Amino acid sequence: MLGRTLREVSAALKQGQITPTELCQKCLSLIKKTKFLNAYITVSEEVALKQAEESEKRYKNGQPLGDLDGIPIAVKDNFSTSGIETTCASNMLKGYVPPYNATVVQKLLDQGALLMGKTNLDEFAMGSGSTDGVFGPVKNPWSYSKQYREKRKQNPHSKSGDSDWLITGGSSGGSAAAVSAFTCYAALGSDTGGSTRNPAAHCGLVGFKPSYGLVSRHGLIPLVNSMDVPGILTRCVDDAAMVLGVLAGHDPKDSTTVHDPINKPLVLSSLADVSKLCIGIPKEYLVPELSSEIQSLWSRAADLFESEGAKVIEVSLPHTSYSIVCYHVLCTSEVASNMARFDGLQYGHRCDIDVSTEAMYAATRREGFNDVVRGRILSGNFFLLKENYENYFVKAQKVRRLIADDFVNAFNSGVDVLLTPTTLSEAVPYLEFIKEDNRTRSAQDDIFTQPVNMAGLPAVSIPVALSNQGLPIGLQFIGRAFYDQQLLTVAKWFEKQVQFPVIQLQELMDDCSAILENEKLASVSLKQ
Amino acid sequence: MAAPVLRRGCRGRLWALACVDGGSCHGRGAPTGSPSNRIRGQSSVAQQPLHTAQKPRKGEHNWAAVVGLEIHAQISSNSKLFSGSQVRFSAPPNSLVSFFDASLPGTLPVLNRRCVEAAVMTGLALNCHINKKSLFDRKHYFYADLPAGYQITQQRLPIAVNGSLTYGVSAGKERGQVIPKTVRVKQIQLEQDSGKSLHDDLRSQTLIDLNRAGVGLLEVVLEPDLSCGEEAATAVRELQLILQTLGTSQANMAEGQLRVDANISVHHPGEPLGVRTEVKNLNSIRFLAKAIDYEIQRQINELENGGEILNETRSFHEKLGCTVSMRDKEAKQDYRFMPEPNLPPLLLYDATSLPIGTDPRQVIDIDHIRETLPELPSVTRERLVQQYGMLPEHSFTLLNEVGLLEFFQNVIKETRAEPKKVTSWVLNIFLGYLKQENLAVSESPVTPSALAELLDLLDSRTISSAAAKQVCPYSLQFLTVPLSQEMFSVTPQCHH
Repeated sequence: MLGRTLREVSAALKQGQITPTELCQKCLSLIKKTKFLNAYITVSEEVALKQAEESEKRYKNGQPLGDLDGIPIAVKDNFSTSGIETTCASNMLKGYVPPYNATVVQKLLDQGALLMGKTNLDEFAMGSGSTDGVFGPVKNPWSYSKQYREKRKQNPHSKSGDSDWLITGGSSGGSAAAVSAFTCYAALGSDTGGSTRNPAAHCGLVGFKPSYGLVSRHGLIPLVNSMDVPGILTRCVDDAAMVLGVLAGHDPKDSTTVHDPINKPLVLSSLADVSKLCIGIPKEYLVPELSSEIQSLWSRAADLFESEGAKVIEVSLPHTSYSIVCYHVLCTSEVASNMARFDGLQYGHRCDIDVSTEAMYAATRREGFNDVVRGRILSGNFFLLKENYENYFVKAQKVRRLIADDFVNAFNSGVDVLLTPTTLSEAVPYLEFIKEDNRTRSAQDDIFTQPVNMAGLPAVSIPVALSNQGLPIGLQFIGRAFYDQQLLTVAKWFEKQVQFPVIQLQELMDDCSAILENEKLASVSLKQ
Repeated sequence: MAAPVLRRGCRGRLWALACVDGGSCHGRGAPTGSPSNRIRGQSSVAQQPLHTAQKPRKGEHNWAAVVGLEIHAQISSNSKLFSGSQVRFSAPPNSLVSFFDASLPGTLPVLNRRCVEAAVMTGLALNCHINKKSLFDRKHYFYADLPAGYQITQQRLPIAVNGSLTYGVSAGKERGQVIPKTVRVKQIQLEQDSGKSLHDDLRSQTLIDLNRAGVGLLEVVLEPDLSCGEEAATAVRELQLILQTLGTSQANMAEGQLRVDANISVHHPGEPLGVRTEVKNLNSIRFLAKAIDYEIQRQINELENGGEILNETRSFHEKLGCTVSMRDKEAKQDYRFMPEPNLPPLLLYDATSLPIGTDPRQVIDIDHIRETLPELPSVTRERLVQQYGMLPEHSFTLLNEVGLLEFFQNVIKETRAEPKKVTSWVLNIFLGYLKQENLAVSESPVTPSALAELLDLLDSRTISSAAAKQVCPYSLQFLTVPLSQEMFSVTPQCHH
């Protein structure tokens, strides 16, 4: 049951094959079993069970709220949840219990979804590994999959034990792990430079980034206001569409949302054929750092479209090489601004120093933020200085315009959808990942994903195939602004063609105790 | 009889028309004679003259002063600029604070329509060009009463620019004549007010009240066309009247609804402008004039004694009557301005650009607002002079006192007496009485009808003018009961 799609479970609930409470308890039990993954920061067991109880009543009366009624979901811990601790994986917000729900959370709750908990992330969503939060790193469930382990046994150099578990990617790694390990059917992530698509690719999931302005950001604790969007992680495209249908729409509380651009509820038609489709392959995305496996898959995917009658052409996005630097300037500038509110005065962590306001601010912020956050704040403030503003911030905004125009030109030349890799490689072991610092990693790993955020376009990562090591590889589709439905329709067709395998975690389920033993040695969890 | 205009000790009553001696305040650039002429005989609103008569200084240097003002007016609206919490004066601390005002993470600003309308109205009243597209920015600095660590303001492209404010200065030589002067309005911008800090030195702590945090402000920036405290005071008073007439701000300085910062420098005519200082948070018209004149003289003294002026911020010390340096603001602040990413550009329309079929609740039409502007003070005064043949000086007085114009017009309606008589009675005797009793027009026990009756009696020669005037102020209290001729058949006695 836990491995089913959202649609299937929803049907099962309606038919009474299973009750919301049973479903809830199954998920809670699995969450406990997979605790070593460190996917959840907070498990809202009481809340979820209460919601399940109410959902059950509705089903008994034959009046479920919709397709999401009684469905367990998880929410990344940078979304504000009323009455439930929201930490952003930072010391700064440890113990912070918001008094309101983010709009997207409220919409899910209004549909009767069950909130299983808040998932782990990089601190304040800064990172591409979900390794830099105060509650420790998140482990990729694929580390324990049959597919991966079997391949590893064949490798004489592989170590036994669990010390070389793999990262989930980030920053929405907790949400990805939660869905991938079947503890919930959908999870909210956020996507600023690829934070939903990246872990989706590494965890074999569908990771959807909506168009900027389609889904409300009210209640999403911001990283970069002009690029952030709530992201959706599910196990199939139809599920993502269902969730998008609930979330999309104008929110008066968010002045950057547009008025009703899509039809709801969102039901994806099945593409009969792709002969009318034009797929664009951006040539600048073929970089030397791209793993040969992914390059090969990318090529085969293009061939697939072509063989099925679609037009596949090469396009150019000439300003791609400037994108990462431009992103860095704009991101750090906004971060410096957004983090200015964290001073310990109204909420969150406050240091013990009370000599003066300035001293208190300084100590609070030093104690509350990790090095990654502080580094970005420093950089951002530098770029915003009067003497630097024109040369850095304004220049970056101009380059951003050029990057966005690159996409517009590509789409105007007849391309419907762009096809690119999502990541440079499959998930790497944690010990290898931490050899480079956060900044370097982010710059590398975001290469295919962050231009999309700069342009505000919709994009989705679809799991395609397993690598030689038995790990998931995803490819990315990018669509025109507000053509989210069309984008998902193409993605759905592609998903059907590739038939990505289901993760095999039975061993994990049986072998939990053994893994837990190893965990005591290797775990770096700091959760109290 | 001296007009009540010059009466001192008024409870903060403000008079737009300040009588000055000849030779004072000739506008920038060309003072005649020594500085003493300029400073002496300052505005009547001062408690005492700022300085005794100056002797001509050595070197006989001429000085010109340049004063620029930044005026913050709290917008009169039900809710704050970017959030739905209420705007109210004197509420229990931290009782009018929304999640956004407290800067809770994840909250976003939502623009208040009424505040935009207030800005457009004010801009039109000040002859500004209204920018059809304006932008919002973040101005960053750390302070306990600024929860988000930044203020949302309009630095790059404000809502209104290039206007003018005309105010009237009385020319002393010919009584009743008013010389119009104009100060250019550089811009008007929308921005958030900050919270309030209360320093509790006893317990070494600062208490923060966020009720005011996020309230909408109109910042009106005047070009440095003013040259002395009196001009500044008069200009601010006129702006106050305009705001109150429009209803866009109650502009009550005592309640902090109108705050003025002054930028002041001095130089020799013909030479470049001097280093300027900023004098902040002047919260009464009286202190405004005093502080500016003090600062001008301080700078002149400093320079004449070979010193230099620091580009610094100073505050006005009421009791000592001087400006003092605010040391902690000496370091230059870099506000790291950045566009506010959560607010798209503000687009306004007019009759020509309004898209067809738009919901009027979703857009603001500048032309529509222009058509519905109330009559501005300058127009009202002009009308009074034309209609009732009164002196311009009188029209100023009528508008300056809250409720007086309405009282006057009600008396006019009900009496047969000539308008000039009414004007004289209202401005001299009635207003004098109010001043003596420390009453506002709204608190007056004398009604317009009562005064109208008295004037009718006068007019019909039932009582003599002398007798009527002999009625000392206290006796006006008798006007609260219906008059009859019998009451005036005997010579009234003054009662004390």
